[in-house]
Amino acid sequence: MSAAAEERGARAPWALTAPALMLFVGVLLIPLAMTVMLSFHDWGQYKGIEPVFILKNWHEIASDPYYAEMFWRTFRIAILTTLLTALLGAPEAYILNRMSGRWKSFFLLVILGPLLISVVARTLGWALLFGGNNGLVNKLLMSVGAIRSPIPFMFTETGMVVALAHVMMPFMVLSVWAALQRLDPQIENAAMSLGAGPMTIIRRIIMPQIMPGVLSGAIIVFSLSASAFATPAIIGGRRLKVAATLAYDEFLNTLNWPLGAAVATLLLVALVLIVVGSNALIERRYAEVFR
Amino acid sequence: MRQNGPLALIFHTIFVIVMVAPILVVCLVAFTPEGFLSLPTNGFSLRWFRAIGNYPEFIHAFWVSLGLGALSSFVALLFAVPAALAIARYRFRGRDALAALFLSPLMIPHVVLGIAFLRFFTSVGLGGSFAALIIAHVVIVFPFALRLTLAAATGMDRTVEMAAVSLGAGGWTLFRRVTLPLILPGVISGWALAFIQSFDDLTMTVFLAAPGTETLPVRMFLYIQDNIDPLVTSVSACVIAITMTALILLDRFYGLDRVLAGKGDTGR
Repeated sequence: MSAAAEERGARAPWALTAPALMLFVGVLLIPLAMTVMLSFHDWGQYKGIEPVFILKNWHEIASDPYYAEMFWRTFRIAILTTLLTALLGAPEAYILNRMSGRWKSFFLLVILGPLLISVVARTLGWALLFGGNNGLVNKLLMSVGAIRSPIPFMFTETGMVVALAHVMMPFMVLSVWAALQRLDPQIENAAMSLGAGPMTIIRRIIMPQIMPGVLSGAIIVFSLSASAFATPAIIGGRRLKVAATLAYDEFLNTLNWPLGAAVATLLLVALVLIVVGSNALIERRYAEVFR
Repeated sequence: MRQNGPLALIFHTIFVIVMVAPILVVCLVAFTPEGFLSLPTNGFSLRWFRAIGNYPEFIHAFWVSLGLGALSSFVALLFAVPAALAIARYRFRGRDALAALFLSPLMIPHVVLGIAFLRFFTSVGLGGSFAALIIAHVVIVFPFALRLTLAAATGMDRTVEMAAVSLGAGGWTLFRRVTLPLILPGVISGWALAFIQSFDDLTMTVFLAAPGTETLPVRMFLYIQDNIDPLVTSVSACVIAITMTALILLDRFYGLDRVLAGKGDTGR
């Protein structure tokens, strides 16, 4: 097979990938291009969508401070979520990595498993913990004396960040975990034998080596949080809009599709630029780790 | 390597509790005997599970989700297996670009995909149809099907194939009797992971689903938008139970860490 395949040469791989390629061009690239085009079309309450080329929607997004505020809120929530997952997820991955075999795989399953459980169900859990009849989180925080009066979680950005951080946490733990697998445990012992204390080891040995893992996890968490829909929609309610929920509103409630398409296009372009840019930065900074 | 200190263990305990709490609370509330949201402090009851039976839209949405997940994951594999074999075995021009394109649905926000599909399927006259949902789900689960099949095809022992060829097998027989059985664990795990992704997707599907083709997450989301009551917790508890079963099977069959590892690093 091998020799024969090699001789059949350049045509075989294209024949094998052709069906998938046609699928992707037909129902992924063309619809995406249509969406970008849609954002330049006109729309009116009574006339519907008019296929002309105007910058009306883009001008509206650029000039109306409502959209600036909404995008700023979207990215603020994504940044805070990313910080929270990094601050808690990285130490947890480190602790997990030091556990003995059976516990390690058990807790890995417990922490990564939620990744595959419905986001609606997980967010519903937070809605129950935040609000409902009793507000379990506030009760708990007050009973341990962390806060004096209840913090409003439902329909606030605080609540969105907490729930999103929970939804995204497995990605961060997974990413740092992968970086820890490449780390030689003997280096830690070597540092100890040379008289380094635990804090010095963490700061000088562990941190620099898991940093690429934290950063690539941060990119995943950031881009998923900035485009999240279910959690902001359920925790944020109808008033506190982020990019994804606003686009949903324009498409299915207001029916101003061109404006919704412009919001979605802007979100996509901003995310691609941020992700590609920070990927390039990280790979330059930590070139030796990725080799 | 040193052991975790007491501080680390306290951190770990709180971390795990916070990770599990929202899921646990949904399951606990589902067993409430009360007519309102409350943790089952006075006894367990199955009344809210029985109540699901009175809401045919949830049952219908469940069957839509199940059929959609099974079918779209299967169709995705029909496209992904040949593509994975090509990418694993040949070095050809455009190979990296093709791989990047095939994994791109992971990078494109699902809200953008939902809008693109809605625009596309409405303009070709398939808006709100089950066929549109299938095609859209094939695209979004394709990366998961491809990645696990690719891993199996890359790690495969090629000498067995060569032996088969030397014995006169070729073409279809070679694929059906030798190659496919060898990569089957990867293919089945790819199907399972793709199924879970399809079964759970809300963000993309919410744009495409119409009354009659609403999937379970969409139905649950629309229900929660109106009001949160114990009924939706019992439905969620059922969804969690189904996913957990699939998860445990996947873990036994393939190893969950292998399935999830690299789920995020799409570029490399």
